Amino acid sequence: MTTQWKLVCKKSDLIEGAGVAAMVNNQQVAIFYLPEATSDTKVFAISNWDPFGKANVLSRGLVAHLQGQWTVASPLYKQHFVLSTGECLEEDVKIPHWDMKLEGDNVFILES
Amino acid sequence: MNSNTPLSASKPHLVVVGNGMVGHHFVEQMIAQSGHESFQITVFGEEPHLAYDRVHLSEYFTGKGAADLAMTDGTLYDDNGVRYFTNSLVTEIDRKAKVLLLQDGQSLSYDKLVLATGSYPFVPPIPGHKRDNTFVYRTLEDLDAIRDCAKKVTRGTVVGGGLLGLEAANALKNLGLETSVVEFAPRLMPVQLDEKGGSVLKGMIEGLGVKVYTDTATQEIVDGEASFHRMNFADGTHLETDLILFSAGIRPQDALAKQSGLEMGERGGITINNHCQTSDADIYSIGECALWNNMIYGLVAPGYTMAKAAAGHLLGDTSVAFTGADMSTKLKLLGCDVGSVGDAHAKTQGCKVFVYQDEISQSYRKMVVSEDGKKLLGAVLVGDNSYYDTLLQYYLNAIDLPEQAQSLILPAMDGAPAALGVDALPATASICSCHNVSKQDISDAVCNGALSVGDVKGVTKAGTGCGGCAALLKKVVDNELLALGVEVSTDICEHFAYTRQDLFNIIKIEQIKSFDDLLKKHGKGHGCEICKPAVGSILASVWNEYVLKKEHIVLQDTNDRFLGNMQKDGTYSIVPRIPGGEITPAKLIVLGEVAKEYNLYTKITGGQRIDLFGATLPQLPEIWGKLVAAGFETGQAYGKSLRTVKSCVGSTWCRYGVDDSMTMAVDLENRYKGLRSPHKIKFAVSGCTRECAEAQSKDIGVIATEGGWNLYVCGNGGMKPRHGDLFATDLDRETLITYIDRVLMFYTKTADRLQRTSVWMDGLEGGLEYLKDVVINDKIGMCDELDKAMDYVVDTFQCEWKTTLEDPEALKTFRQFVNYDGVDENVVFVEERDQIRPATESEKQELIAKVG
Ligand SMILES: Cc1cc2nc3c(=O)[nH]c(=O)nc-3n(C[C@H](O)[C@H](O)[C@H](O)COP(=O)(O)OP(=O)(O)OC[C@H]3O[C@@H](n4cnc5c(N)ncnc54)[C@H](O)[C@@H]3O)c2cc1C
Ligand code: HEM
Ligand code: SF4
Ligand code: SF4
Repeated sequence: MTTQWKLVCKKSDLIEGAGVAAMVNNQQVAIFYLPEATSDTKVFAISNWDPFGKANVLSRGLVAHLQGQWTVASPLYKQHFVLSTGECLEEDVKIPHWDMKLEGDNVFILES
Repeated sequence: MNSNTPLSASKPHLVVVGNGMVGHHFVEQMIAQSGHESFQITVFGEEPHLAYDRVHLSEYFTGKGAADLAMTDGTLYDDNGVRYFTNSLVTEIDRKAKVLLLQDGQSLSYDKLVLATGSYPFVPPIPGHKRDNTFVYRTLEDLDAIRDCAKKVTRGTVVGGGLLGLEAANALKNLGLETSVVEFAPRLMPVQLDEKGGSVLKGMIEGLGVKVYTDTATQEIVDGEASFHRMNFADGTHLETDLILFSAGIRPQDALAKQSGLEMGERGGITINNHCQTSDADIYSIGECALWNNMIYGLVAPGYTMAKAAAGHLLGDTSVAFTGADMSTKLKLLGCDVGSVGDAHAKTQGCKVFVYQDEISQSYRKMVVSEDGKKLLGAVLVGDNSYYDTLLQYYLNAIDLPEQAQSLILPAMDGAPAALGVDALPATASICSCHNVSKQDISDAVCNGALSVGDVKGVTKAGTGCGGCAALLKKVVDNELLALGVEVSTDICEHFAYTRQDLFNIIKIEQIKSFDDLLKKHGKGHGCEICKPAVGSILASVWNEYVLKKEHIVLQDTNDRFLGNMQKDGTYSIVPRIPGGEITPAKLIVLGEVAKEYNLYTKITGGQRIDLFGATLPQLPEIWGKLVAAGFETGQAYGKSLRTVKSCVGSTWCRYGVDDSMTMAVDLENRYKGLRSPHKIKFAVSGCTRECAEAQSKDIGVIATEGGWNLYVCGNGGMKPRHGDLFATDLDRETLITYIDRVLMFYTKTADRLQRTSVWMDGLEGGLEYLKDVVINDKIGMCDELDKAMDYVVDTFQCEWKTTLEDPEALKTFRQFVNYDGVDENVVFVEERDQIRPATESEKQELIAKVG
């Protein structure tokens, strides 16, 4: 299987410090833009689907920096998901995540 | 109210005569120790009600109903097979046959008998004492009669200036009567106070507009000229009054003992031993009718101890005994602090006395110490009871006094009295005297996992009687937690080592206007879902800026970020403001049309608003565009802010209404609609005491009265209902609004995050009285600040939806997807009762299967 970078949106579509939703290959993706992150990339993507609340809402959660990890708290029942790995901090659950990159004004996602 | 448990033949029969506070506590004790399994228990009470809280009887006049004061609704009895009969006077005991006779002619045999018949008010046999409009102060029925009479007259007089008399005088004053107190003895509260203390108290009470006549003997009561009665005094003077309330002491209700020949005291009272047995070993007596060591105990706590001892003895546990009780008291009488500990009159041989008096702030304190100066024997406090807890503990536990003992009653130079550290208290120290809970009991409870004051209350009952020990209890619990190494962390999260209250003050004093600025100066890391909305809310409370301003937007919870309430499927509900629940037909039609156009599920909420469900993110601005154009404003149902002011229609339409509750509700809603607070706030306004708007279950409740408006604060419905506290009565409109401004701002300033006013009040040190001091008396000098802060919020109100609709940057965030115009396919509705609702998981599967 080949992987390739695909253009999703413009940088100006993102919100600093919070998430937005995008549709990629018929799948809902929550994209977060965190200029304060110390990692190489400042853009993160996980699935928009909250497996506990069973709704597409994670892009609308609050970003929480907990013990060195960037996470988002679900707006429904407040579980935290690590943005770089999709791991849930409270339960033994992992949701999909994608690598992202920012080039100039363009935001790319790594398709698999 | 009669029980329907049948009489069991196999078990010995235990009968309790008297269902007052002590009789009820006895039954509770029996049930707690499984005594209802070895005895068939039957209870007879003369009053029409089951046991109620007589100690708080006066609250019947300040908003509590019979149901609030009730100690049981009978469920406890029914569930445990206890038979009970109200309105049932026991008239005779045949001790030989072991049979009781009732007033209605029935008889009943017993094996063991408990007399808990309490006491009755003593009415001095002054000629005229049986005239109309004369009362006593003991039962709910007494209070009903007093209230009815007070409605028709203007002047009231209490005969007797003891504890109860002054409490009754306060009640008359609150009922709007010109009130006087007549006391035979040379000073008020002769039992508890010395001469100087009594005279300071008299001065304070007269300052409140109550006339006090001490050293005054009433010779007769006759027809008055200007009023209903005239009281002629021994010195030739007289007093005209419409209503007379006798409170000249109580007498033990020992008629049954007299009739059946039980041993009694010379001046009445049923003689008991340490197990509360009377001279007949099968008959016990407890509470105010019982005489132990020639003493009657006119307080509830000793009665409870007797109840425990009697229950223990009946069940074969002789280790609990009644061996006397401490009669120290602290009270607030007509708003004046009064306290008396131990030997207040310095009657102990060789004792020494310290006295401190301050005629400017009107306070008086006296300490009685042993001859060697080492132990505290007694104390008198008038004007400031903050010294009481410490003195009482020195006295009860015979703790050695410190070097400069007088410091205990001197004002500390930094303002706070030198408190006795709870560490210094011995394990046996009694913390809650109502339920006899010692420091050791609390320590045990904490060790067994009760990690908060609330938990400890639940396990030990400490603090659930008169409530006087609340502050001390909290200190002991915190101290025990610390000793256990449980860190009592009050930090709001890992990013800020501060409480919400600290953050509020920092933001205000340092004029901080953004989260980033606060984090840089006082926090660490990057924030989380706890601190962000908390700080967002404080910034909004203090500076009232647009919540979707760029620097604030990332702080907002999804509800605040999208100005709607997220529902389970990720759609939002919309609640436009309808102030006071009043809406024109034209506006109602707009709501209907919008709901129809967008196919929104429509429901009327508990707070008299209309809630439209099922709007998707991109629909929100469209819908609000139409609503704002039609003149609606955001209802902020998504915010931690004022939600609704519920109303009744009041005097404009209702034939009972005494004032215009509708206008008041609309005005209050419009005044406070912009306020962001630690948690949501709900109001209600009723047009009369029928209380159709249920104001007493709201954070702020306002009820119209003949004399103005009554204000209730910190009520709650919801998960943990709490009856609002009556904060002030008969206010004019302006004062009402000033008080509400201050209460809300003080709450906003000092509460924890997500703490409703009810929980805030329960945890507020000093409670309602303290809040009154802050808001009414400006005791901490904060009123000016609170007023300004509220004015600022009111002046800077903006409708967040209106602002959002005008801001293209903000509107951008309402897109469902940044790169695609479609909809969220997981949002699926089905129809039910002609409206939409979210499909269940299985319904979705089926729908997908059909499509596929
Ligand atoms: C206004 C007020 C304020 C008070 N404030 C305080 C306070 O702050 N702190 C404090 O500790 N105490 C206070 N007290 C005192 C406290 O209420 C009493 O100590 C307590 O109620 C005594 O309880 P009891 O069960 O012994 O008597 P009661 O409560 O009087 O109960 C006795 C019951 O037995 C019934 N009864 C009597 N004879 C018969 C019979 N033959 N057959 C059937 N039933 C019978 C009576 O009708 C009554 O209901 C206050 C009292 C009043 C009135
Ligand atoms: C019209 C007559 C009297 C009235 C109205 C009256 C009023 C009162 C009241 C209200 C109490 C307090 C009860 C309580 O604590 O609730 C009381 C108790 C007392 N009064 Fe008076 N009183 C009268 C007669 C007397 C007399 C004749 C004396 C003695 C000279 C006196 C001195 C005292 C004393 C010593 C007590 C404490 C008794 C006890 O332990 O209950 N009073 N009185
Ligand atoms: S509370 Fe009073 S004024 Fe309001 S509707 Fe009820 S009865 Fe009428
Ligand atoms: S009571 Fe429970 S189910 Fe009903 S609206 Fe409130 S939170 Fe939801």
